[in-house]
Amino acid sequence: MEENKEKNKLVREVAEKKYEYGFTTDVHTDIIEKGLNEDVVRLISSKKGEPEWLLEFRLKAYRHWLTMKVPTWAHLQIPEIDFQAISYYADPTAKKKKEGSKEIDPELMKTFDKLGIPLEERLALSGTAVDAVMDSVSVKTTFKEKLNEKGIIFCSISEAVREHGDLVREYLGSVVPYRDNFYAALNSAVFSDGSFVYIPKGVRCPMELSTYFRINAQNTGQFERTLIVADDDSYVSYLEGCTAPMRDENQLHAAIVEIVVKERAEVKYSTVQNWYPGDAEGKGGVYNFVTKRGHLRGADSKLSWTQVETGSAITWKYPSCILSGDNSQAEFYSVAVTNNYQQADTGTKMIHIGKNTRSTIISKGISAGKSQNSYRGLVKVDARADGARNYSSCDSLLLGSECGAHTFPYMDIKNDTAIVEHEATTSKISEDQLFYCNQRGISTEEAVGLIVNGYAKDVINKLPMEFAVEAQKLLSVSLEGTVG
Amino acid sequence: MLEIKNLHASINGKEILKGIDLTIKDGEVHALMGQNGAGKSTLSNVLVGNPAYEVTEGSVIFNGKDLLQMKPEERAHEGIFMSFQHPIEIPGVSMVNFMRAAVNAKRKYHNQEPLSASEFLRLMREKRKVVELDNKLANRAVNEGFSGGEKKRNEIFQMAMLEPTFAILDETDSGLDVDALRIVAEGFNKLRTPETSAMVITHYQRLLDYLKPDIVHVLLNGRIVKTGGPELATDIENKGFDWIKEEVGL
Repeated sequence: MEENKEKNKLVREVAEKKYEYGFTTDVHTDIIEKGLNEDVVRLISSKKGEPEWLLEFRLKAYRHWLTMKVPTWAHLQIPEIDFQAISYYADPTAKKKKEGSKEIDPELMKTFDKLGIPLEERLALSGTAVDAVMDSVSVKTTFKEKLNEKGIIFCSISEAVREHGDLVREYLGSVVPYRDNFYAALNSAVFSDGSFVYIPKGVRCPMELSTYFRINAQNTGQFERTLIVADDDSYVSYLEGCTAPMRDENQLHAAIVEIVVKERAEVKYSTVQNWYPGDAEGKGGVYNFVTKRGHLRGADSKLSWTQVETGSAITWKYPSCILSGDNSQAEFYSVAVTNNYQQADTGTKMIHIGKNTRSTIISKGISAGKSQNSYRGLVKVDARADGARNYSSCDSLLLGSECGAHTFPYMDIKNDTAIVEHEATTSKISEDQLFYCNQRGISTEEAVGLIVNGYAKDVINKLPMEFAVEAQKLLSVSLEGTVG
Repeated sequence: MLEIKNLHASINGKEILKGIDLTIKDGEVHALMGQNGAGKSTLSNVLVGNPAYEVTEGSVIFNGKDLLQMKPEERAHEGIFMSFQHPIEIPGVSMVNFMRAAVNAKRKYHNQEPLSASEFLRLMREKRKVVELDNKLANRAVNEGFSGGEKKRNEIFQMAMLEPTFAILDETDSGLDVDALRIVAEGFNKLRTPETSAMVITHYQRLLDYLKPDIVHVLLNGRIVKTGGPELATDIENKGFDWIKEEVGL
């Protein structure tokens, strides 16, 4: 018994050591009472000093949410969530605000430094502007002035509501309406911070824009909201990263990302999702229930989603594209890794409406341990979408025999001229492959890393350089100790 | 260099090696011949630590170290290389990345700095010439879509990259046409030094014509039953194994 306990402790230590970002920040955080009702929605809105129209939007969403049920169609085992046991607003910058200081708490600066996201511009990664969000509040956005010179707006959504209210009002909820689904309604009622991006006509954003999300406070949910608008003939590449401390209880993260792409504009959205996945026995971890959608409104517009998903206890996420503009092109590249007791149900929806629209789906699932990994995708071709094309390829790689990989492709084709292709494979890393590597002097762990990275490289190659290197390391670390 | 004593090994509970004694000295090439199922491949796999095989008795000392206590990758770092009878395909992993991981893992084991990208590519170019391996193959995934002959050539290329002190060629000649056999065998000979030794498993004289073994062993039913000079291989080529079986009473 005692020995067993000792062993469990060891297992836990090893498992936890592999999640590098599990520390907590000791900072005074203003957290509102747990629970959700109309007063809470009003309180959040007033804390953020919002205009009346936004409060109305929130209240409508909240009232609609009350009529909805938790979705259960995904291939996921989700323990019942008590939405009254969560606090919906946590502000780690409140103390400084109260003191009337514009300075950032050094503890917060230190936290982001530790995460490799320095908030001082002189230390920043060259060519990347960052909006850093902890819990419910944006801590700082870098390079704002520099981007402003080109007319680019990059700031927290709270600030955008204050400074660019008309733009936000025009687009907020226009791609993901609050009625869309349970978590979208919840987010629309209580969303706190996130990023707002506006790229004016004809402007090519000169740097990568990125948002880094961090959950810190205990028993809180993070409900971020990101809105990106790319006006005619513009271009932007946007990156999203996320981590959370290791906690024994589960944390809820229910975000919305909306992207509007106008004529001939191009948006690349990349995510490296590394929320705390829980420990080796499945305790703790983030529930990542996210609605991400882009609307290709203009002709000849382009949107690509690239995601590397290694974290979260449960992932429920389908970054999607509505291809309204004629000749618009959409891409979805995904690597989803699950280990231990993680569960992922992720994929995309490609809705073809415009003529000659094209979409590509490349999904790579990697399952290890006792995890369950599902691809779920919809390709829909509207009656109007003459000449629409889709190519989908969904591969699953299994490590070990206790994990599961599932593919749920849906097709809804209403136009005879459409060409839709779907390919799927399932493979396993064989003992023979590992031994061959061993004989050449490559350890089993390194061999798994090589094989997994080789398997995922079509997707990794779509990421911006620095992210790609990070993602490669992350893949190897997430799967350490899964074979042999 | 290599000293095998009373080695017994089994696979899936079935005993294949029933007491092998074999000593290979620095610089020597030993040929191992015998009918299918005699235990030749089992011996090779046991020496490189394939986990599918279980050693039940005996010892193997390699350069003064207990080989059987080492992990397969440590055996590789210590200088043991096996050219696989059936090289394995690893889709998605390029030969370049594969070899770089292998070369740098060995360097790390010996406390050497990893090779830079340019140093490594120079080494690849130089070693490719040894077996006339096409640049295109070097850029493809490990063994994926290679023909039988290309796979064998690729094995010797990897050997050139890793510079082992003891090489095992497990039926490297099978599936090779006459020209490919010559290229592979000559490639192997170019890599030999007075310190390197090898164990060559083959059914045919033609590979041995190139490699010129110092000693030839006949393996039957899990034991070495006869040992001789190069002329023993010629006798087997002409007369088969029956006369040896009679001699030893099998």
